[in-house]
Amino acid sequence: MNISNAFLILLNLFILLIAPFFVLGIIKKTKAFWGGRKGVSIFQPVYDVVKLFKKDRVISSSTSWIFNLAPVVIFITTLFAGLFAPMVFGYSIINIEAAFIIFSYILGFGKFFALISAMDTASSFEGMGTSREACFTTIVEPAFFIILGSVVALSNDFTFAGLTKIISNFGTYGVLVAIMASFALLIMLLVECSRVPVDDPTTHLELTMIHEVMILDNSGVDLALITWASGMKMVILMSLIANIILPYGLELKILLPLFLGILLILAFAIGTIEAAIARLRMSHVFEFVFIMSSFALVVVSLIAVKLYGV
Amino acid sequence: MNYYVVKNNQRINLLDIPTIDFEILRAHLVATNLRVVAFFGADWGSDVKLFVALADDEKGEILLSSALINKSIKEYESITKDNHQYHMFEREFYEQFGIKPLNHPWLKPVRKNQDDYEFFEMEGEEVHQVAVGPIHAGVIEPGHFRFMCQGEKVYNLEIMLGYQHRGCEDLLVKKPSNQLAESICGDSLIAYNMAYSQIMEQLSGTEITTKAKLIRRIALEMERIAIHIGDMGAICGDIAYLMGKEVYAVTRTLVINTMLEISGSRFGKGLITVGGVNFDIDKKLSDKIIDVLSGVKKTVKQMTQAALISSTVRSRLEKTGVISKETATELALVGMIARSCGIEIDSRFDFCDEFYKDFEKKSFKATNDAYSRFKIRYKEIKESISFVKKLIKKLDEVRDENIIVSTKKLIPNSFALSIVEGWRGEIIHIATTNEQGELSRYKIKDSSFNNWYGLSMAVRNNGISDFPLCNKGFDLSYCGFDL
Repeated sequence: MNISNAFLILLNLFILLIAPFFVLGIIKKTKAFWGGRKGVSIFQPVYDVVKLFKKDRVISSSTSWIFNLAPVVIFITTLFAGLFAPMVFGYSIINIEAAFIIFSYILGFGKFFALISAMDTASSFEGMGTSREACFTTIVEPAFFIILGSVVALSNDFTFAGLTKIISNFGTYGVLVAIMASFALLIMLLVECSRVPVDDPTTHLELTMIHEVMILDNSGVDLALITWASGMKMVILMSLIANIILPYGLELKILLPLFLGILLILAFAIGTIEAAIARLRMSHVFEFVFIMSSFALVVVSLIAVKLYGV
Repeated sequence: MNYYVVKNNQRINLLDIPTIDFEILRAHLVATNLRVVAFFGADWGSDVKLFVALADDEKGEILLSSALINKSIKEYESITKDNHQYHMFEREFYEQFGIKPLNHPWLKPVRKNQDDYEFFEMEGEEVHQVAVGPIHAGVIEPGHFRFMCQGEKVYNLEIMLGYQHRGCEDLLVKKPSNQLAESICGDSLIAYNMAYSQIMEQLSGTEITTKAKLIRRIALEMERIAIHIGDMGAICGDIAYLMGKEVYAVTRTLVINTMLEISGSRFGKGLITVGGVNFDIDKKLSDKIIDVLSGVKKTVKQMTQAALISSTVRSRLEKTGVISKETATELALVGMIARSCGIEIDSRFDFCDEFYKDFEKKSFKATNDAYSRFKIRYKEIKESISFVKKLIKKLDEVRDENIIVSTKKLIPNSFALSIVEGWRGEIIHIATTNEQGELSRYKIKDSSFNNWYGLSMAVRNNGISDFPLCNKGFDLSYCGFDL
């Protein structure tokens, strides 16, 4: 435990900023593998973002300053939220009590800008995408709070890092809670990062899109920032799952490979889900998102039993 | 006699077609329950001659009739208001000759004057319009779609086409060629080229060899196999079912690469010509075709079974874009889409020639939805593969024949009609010649001409996000409609 804080901060920042590209690359590679293709290089997302940074922005004449500002806000809020989230070693760069509330509202602020920026373009597609995205977010949010709230109540550690203590401190209960919470967060990840079966990130059909359609008008640097930010969001949610699963108090040289390994496995799992099943019908997506809520209710009841007895 | 009865691919004297009073013809058309396959005008001196062809699918006959309308007459009582299947035909006739069908319920531009198009609009607090196209994401032809929605639910879809109107009918009259015929609709080029060649052969009284006929039909069935497999892959792609998308795409390539070996073009361009075919299929190549298709059949079977036991795939396909048999009959939908709605019409068997008469027309258990449209493709692929195998067996008997014969001059004052069942459905070509033995009118009707309106009906009351899936299931032609 003699590692300095500065090193952990740098390590976490590095993972937060760089891992998104590789996570996306691995998902693509996995999909290609199951499809029997060679697929693009796992560095392709890096090349794409670099390319986008070199390109000009094309701004629709019907937009206002909101549209200009939104990509920056989305990127900064995601990065900022990432500072609160525990990454390697269960360590959050900003470790304060009730951080998960601040975390989700910072993300919420970013999403709010994404939504109004899409509405700002006055495109009927983007309006539809916005209404879908807002709707799913509304269902995801309470479930997220129920899970995080009950988990910290159990560990009695009101910082975000309390997630790491569930398995080590609460034995069988901890394992059950960890499994349920991880599955719920995995569903949240599929919804929030617009993956199959909720959304299809590779489709060209505007009418079926959710997240992709909201950024149809963004180009160049704006698109690069949004792509990067949505990758970061995926890494943040994955690291929450990793922190729930990984036991507390391991040494860094064991923990770091395990942590990255979990990211890799999750990326592989997402790719496999995308390859194996079809997308849900839009009206069935609600049912899918509600699965997360039911997992959350199981978590809360498990913890209530633990804390207050039967 | 109000009608002159002909078979498919039969040249007749233009003057044999009875010309009756328009009012009598109208009364007949309103009363009959026969399917209209052609309703078009031709310049006739100071008059416009209106030709009508009705199909009697049960007897395999085509009934021809005509009426003269003086050019000074600018309107007539619409047939559509009493018999809905004339809807598109009357709109097209109005656009081409300016004779207005009175009380037509939906008289809008077909291919020209898109600026004058008035869309159907709804008003209400939660009603919103979604305009898609004419430029789309991805590799799609141009067409404008206007949805009237409440939330996610589609109340009405209006489709405006005509962005690719090239005037193919007039071009064919001026300078008929196989190259032009196969450029009208790129995904059914064998069927188009075959219909055109059959028309020209009838008009000139050329009888082509059995071998050429067999090769044409092999190519037609291979086109059907290839496009159907590609479409099944595209349907899987639309619902993000990656496995299906990739496997079908690979399998389709095997089929079109075999086509490449036959004709030097993966889509069979340049294979069919007036008087026969340009490329022979020898013994070695026939064995190769049979070999490839056996493999294709196996892969398609495995993939389709895997797709149809996947609950997520079935959940997307089932009950999506339902179009009832009654609606399909009323709109006179044709081809594969009609068959997926339980209407058993297939011009290969209904207007049977010597090659298809040995084959049994198998019925299909239609469910009228996207699932039905997926499954009928699977059924037709299996059937087409067995057709090709049987056709190749027949080819062995006529190995010594020529593949091409020289053509003669067109016979003056003739009328010829050719129906070819492309993979979408019937493709109808009609041509007439004048006294000098030159083409005077060329009319084309793609099956999309009937079926586009069916798509509008299919998406009603469905989620707007299910539209691409419905659209892919129909997979209609833009350029075949626009001409």
